[in-house]
Amino acid sequence: MMIFQSIPTIMMIVAPILITAIGGMICEKSGVVNIALEGLMSIGACTAASVHFLMEAAGCGRYSLAVALLAGMVVSGLFSLIHGVAAIDLKAEQTISGTGINLLADGITVFACQILFSQDRSKEFRVGMLTDKLGFYPTFYIAIAVVAISWFMLYKTPFGMHLRACGEHPAAADSAGINVRRIRYTGVFISGILGGLAGGCVVLTQTIQFTSNLINGRGFIALAAVAFGRWTPWGVTGAALLFGGAQALAVLSTNFTALKALPSEVFNILPYLVTLLALVIFSGRDYAPQSCGKPYNKSSS
Amino acid sequence: MKNKEKQSFLDWFLSSQGATSVAVVILGFIIGTILVLLVGRNPAGLFKAIGQSIIGKAGKNGAWNFRNVGETLAYSIPYILCGLSMGFAARVGLFNIGAEGQYIVGMLAAQAVAVCIPSFPFQWLICLLVAIVAGAIWGGIVGFLKAKYKVSEVVATIMLNYIALYLFRIIAFKMPAGLTNRTYQTAPLQSGALLSKFLIKTSNLNIGFFFMIAACLIYWFIMEKTKMGFAFRATGYNKDAARCSGINADSAIASSMAISGAFAGLAGACVLLGGAYTTGRIIQGMDNYGFMGIAVALVGNSRALGIFLAGLLFGVLKQSQSIMQGMNIPKEITFIIQGLIVIFIALRSGLELVKAYRSRVLVRKEAQKV
Repeated sequence: MMIFQSIPTIMMIVAPILITAIGGMICEKSGVVNIALEGLMSIGACTAASVHFLMEAAGCGRYSLAVALLAGMVVSGLFSLIHGVAAIDLKAEQTISGTGINLLADGITVFACQILFSQDRSKEFRVGMLTDKLGFYPTFYIAIAVVAISWFMLYKTPFGMHLRACGEHPAAADSAGINVRRIRYTGVFISGILGGLAGGCVVLTQTIQFTSNLINGRGFIALAAVAFGRWTPWGVTGAALLFGGAQALAVLSTNFTALKALPSEVFNILPYLVTLLALVIFSGRDYAPQSCGKPYNKSSS
Repeated sequence: MKNKEKQSFLDWFLSSQGATSVAVVILGFIIGTILVLLVGRNPAGLFKAIGQSIIGKAGKNGAWNFRNVGETLAYSIPYILCGLSMGFAARVGLFNIGAEGQYIVGMLAAQAVAVCIPSFPFQWLICLLVAIVAGAIWGGIVGFLKAKYKVSEVVATIMLNYIALYLFRIIAFKMPAGLTNRTYQTAPLQSGALLSKFLIKTSNLNIGFFFMIAACLIYWFIMEKTKMGFAFRATGYNKDAARCSGINADSAIASSMAISGAFAGLAGACVLLGGAYTTGRIIQGMDNYGFMGIAVALVGNSRALGIFLAGLLFGVLKQSQSIMQGMNIPKEITFIIQGLIVIFIALRSGLELVKAYRSRVLVRKEAQKV
């Protein structure tokens, strides 16, 4: 019985991880590695929390949630473009610019809170997202929509095929008349807005304010889910369910007598350990997009 | 004539990694200052705080306070060690994001010895040694997986960072007094395990500083002066070419990651035993020294001297945080500056494009002459 009652809670934790992971997957499928997911989530969460608080205080609470999510998406999307410029136009080491955005996000979110609210966290809003009759938050349905749309886009539209081509063999895509640069920018931007959306989902469902350790590794779990899910929407969904479920168990384990004996950290470790083992086990075969992480140099090919 | 001189300066700037590093740091500070101005605060406080943490004196009439200098140097110890960790791997062509995890494991090993074993002479030395070994093992795992199974070291180290974090908590809760009190600390560290202070006794400047200096020298010596270092660098430049000339690239990758981890492990022990803590810790999140180490190594171009100077800079920024908070400037501006520095370093690859463009123009000019 307990397990059925916990499903909405598990989904609340899974949804942001899944949304971010889908964004990361699209970005990597277009050929750009994005380890800045953590920072992008942070920026989205901070923006959404601030906008929601300010609008709530101004008395327009009705549309506030949607506007807050949208603002998170836009700001995070803009930040992801920094990564885009570095990775695509300037042919930078993509891991370095990703790390840079993560570090910058740490500072800029709390800095913004210091300026807006004169404290190292955002002010507490009164009402976040509400659950429906079944106990699910809207984020659950948003996540389902994101997965479905991403699958349709990647495998059923010309744009999706172009995007995958740019990650596998950009030179071939280029010679077929595809604008590699534009496609990769789109991929990075999608990961930015989805990361921001997920950050907003975290802050509006799981807590009432933004704090510096709110995201706490969720972006890196999403990154793990991309690798563990072998870069396909359904694989990533399965991985996010598994990892999110493990995170939820860390919170819920006190409710289950059988799991009480274990320290909750065991469940926290699970996603990372499983991914590491999976990388070793599947090491012979290449599931990653072939040109992922390699800048495409038009003139040299 | 003047034009020619200017051009040669540009060429020098483009080809000198040190010069671009300095430029990147200055650019980071400029944008940070603009940001402070934009939010309506006085940026003078930012530089006053930085000055105070370098020379220990605040402004014209401020009192001398050498404690600030000591703290600055103490903070730079883990930054430099983590920078060495990142830099060492970078020279072998690996991206070690795992300094944070290796740092945590080193701290865990040191804490186990420092909390669980009664005080004995030279306990601190044993603590440092087990920390080095633990860090080396943690880094070595990644190197082994990379060499044997071709597992991406970026993903593997990110995973191991979090595994280390939660492993630390699981084990720290089992240490004496770990679970009993809720203040997130264990039983006290044994007195024999603490690193003794020197020079500026009011600060936390401890003898870990000498170990850090030694680490810098060892780094330089291994990389530049030994056969092993040559094998490392050759692997970093071109793995296949190294293999063809008889260098065992796989073993170079595995052992360099282990050495890399050893530096970060030492950093963990220095932070724990350096005077800031009297009891064992139960960490709740990352200390971020490892991540900042990435920035330190990038600014320092993975050279021993460069990392040393960049680490000092980051130590200054860390110490100035508490001072600038008192001057009504959010201390997070230092994180922003550090993040900007890393982003600009990533953008530095754009200079290669400038260089390529300039050489193309030059070739075209030559062709026209003929």
